[in-house]
Amino acid sequence: MASRKEGTGSTATSSSSTAGAAGKGKGKGGSGDSAVKQVQIDGLVVLKIIKHYQEEGQGTEVVQGVLLGLVVEDRLEITNCFPFPQHTEDDADFDEVQYQMEMMRSLRHVNIDHLHVGWYQSTYYGSFVTRALLDSQFSYQHAIEESVVLIYDPIKTAQGSLSLKAYRLTPKLMEVCKEKDFSPEALKKANITFEYMFEEVPIVIKNSHLINVLMWELEKKSAVADKHELLSLASSNHLGKNLQLLMDRVDEMSQDIVKYNTYMRNTSKQQQQKHQQRRQQENMQRQSRGEPPLPEEDLSKLFKPPQPPARMDSLLIAGQINTYCQNIKEFTAQNLGKLFMAQALQEYNN
Amino acid sequence: MATPAVPVAVDMEFAKNMYELHKKVSPNELILGWYATGHDITEHSVLIHEYYSREAPNPIHLTVDTSLQNGRMSIKAYVSTLMGVPGRTMGVMFTPLTVKYAYYDTERIGVDLIMKTCFSPNRVIGLSSDLQQVGGASARIQDALSTVLQYAEDVLSGKVSADNTVGRFLMSLVNQVPKIVPDDFETMLNSNINDLLMVTYLANLTQSQIALNEKLVNL
Repeated sequence: MASRKEGTGSTATSSSSTAGAAGKGKGKGGSGDSAVKQVQIDGLVVLKIIKHYQEEGQGTEVVQGVLLGLVVEDRLEITNCFPFPQHTEDDADFDEVQYQMEMMRSLRHVNIDHLHVGWYQSTYYGSFVTRALLDSQFSYQHAIEESVVLIYDPIKTAQGSLSLKAYRLTPKLMEVCKEKDFSPEALKKANITFEYMFEEVPIVIKNSHLINVLMWELEKKSAVADKHELLSLASSNHLGKNLQLLMDRVDEMSQDIVKYNTYMRNTSKQQQQKHQQRRQQENMQRQSRGEPPLPEEDLSKLFKPPQPPARMDSLLIAGQINTYCQNIKEFTAQNLGKLFMAQALQEYNN
Repeated sequence: MATPAVPVAVDMEFAKNMYELHKKVSPNELILGWYATGHDITEHSVLIHEYYSREAPNPIHLTVDTSLQNGRMSIKAYVSTLMGVPGRTMGVMFTPLTVKYAYYDTERIGVDLIMKTCFSPNRVIGLSSDLQQVGGASARIQDALSTVLQYAEDVLSGKVSADNTVGRFLMSLVNQVPKIVPDDFETMLNSNINDLLMVTYLANLTQSQIALNEKLVNL
């Protein structure tokens, strides 16, 4: 991931047109409000992302790619994208930055938008709130103000409805990441809760007229039967998997809480050090005897205070748990609707 | 071969570069042919096709008519075949192929969604929540059912002659609703609903728990 960070940094500096476009579109972006209110995606991008996962993604591996487009007022228009090769550990001489530069140069030749506006990633059952994603999105958002990350969930899509979400880091989280200070005090000062880490940006899909003509043509030529996966009742497997992942995360969270509790206990024990009291008593005795009091040594020199555990990980875990819970709730709402429909059908039958 | 009146250039360097880049992502894909927008095949196509016959054995040429002649965007495919008298001047002819469209599941779902932009005024659609999608899907089935009902009524009233195959399809359709003993169905339904309610309750509980943890940590 480190080379990708450098890549986006150098991309932003070398293609100065990116900064220009971002600057033109910024407008009220600097007021602390989010710079992007809506993401407008071309149909082409959606299909390309689906295709990329279908062909190159297996199991829990994620596929990633770069989004290209423009910023118009407070809308982020994504007009094209290209996939990123998988990270192969044995192919160490593969240069990510060069690949990106080559790709963007070539696309400029055929008059495709070549400005970086974000990146996309596929996810496995909704588990995308990781440190890696945070780092990547931070470096993108730092270089390009309006960038988003599109999360595509292929398994949920296969169940009947396209699952594509756009996320950005909230301004507060951006500040914290800039400082690179993840200790509890800094996070408490910034007052970040797990709900306020990522903000979701609404997505709309827009097509050109020519594409609409193509759609009509396709509909005529290939009447593919609708399989109605959306209305299938047998989707408890998906729910089971989600719950399994949720349980794993909750376990991690509880471990984290135990660590934090031990830390708190250690600090409080230290602060109540008998040493301090003995020193004070000795000082009083010495004063009563008229001798100069012993200097109260700084405790931190004698006993090293325990390290506060990094709070970023637990924040990420909490955010992930939250995402899982949201997914589960959406899923149950859907299924309840379907069950009631089935009930109505059966009642009519009898 | 007649020399074309206007010379055409293909940036072979560019094509090679793009193919190299593409191979980094999908190493198993090969060049199958080339496409061009336009209504028909021109003399230039012959030259370009010859170039591509070096890249791929028996390349395919695809034309997409974006100028919308005949009011349709016709998509056609061709392969080149030799023609002429053997031993003497040989020419090249493009023979048309039948074009079929195949989808895999997720692609079809994506295309269905994108197709909805055809029906909205400014060609824009948003992504809807899950329950709304179930509503949309059941509305589609309702439309299909009303078409079928209309057909059945027409046949009954004698407007349309009865077709045996259609009748058989309809009968199998009606028989597909499973006949379950009402008590069994009741228990099945209730247990499923209980499961879902329990899971919703657990999810809400977990969310409030982590919110509480957040508050305690930040004390």
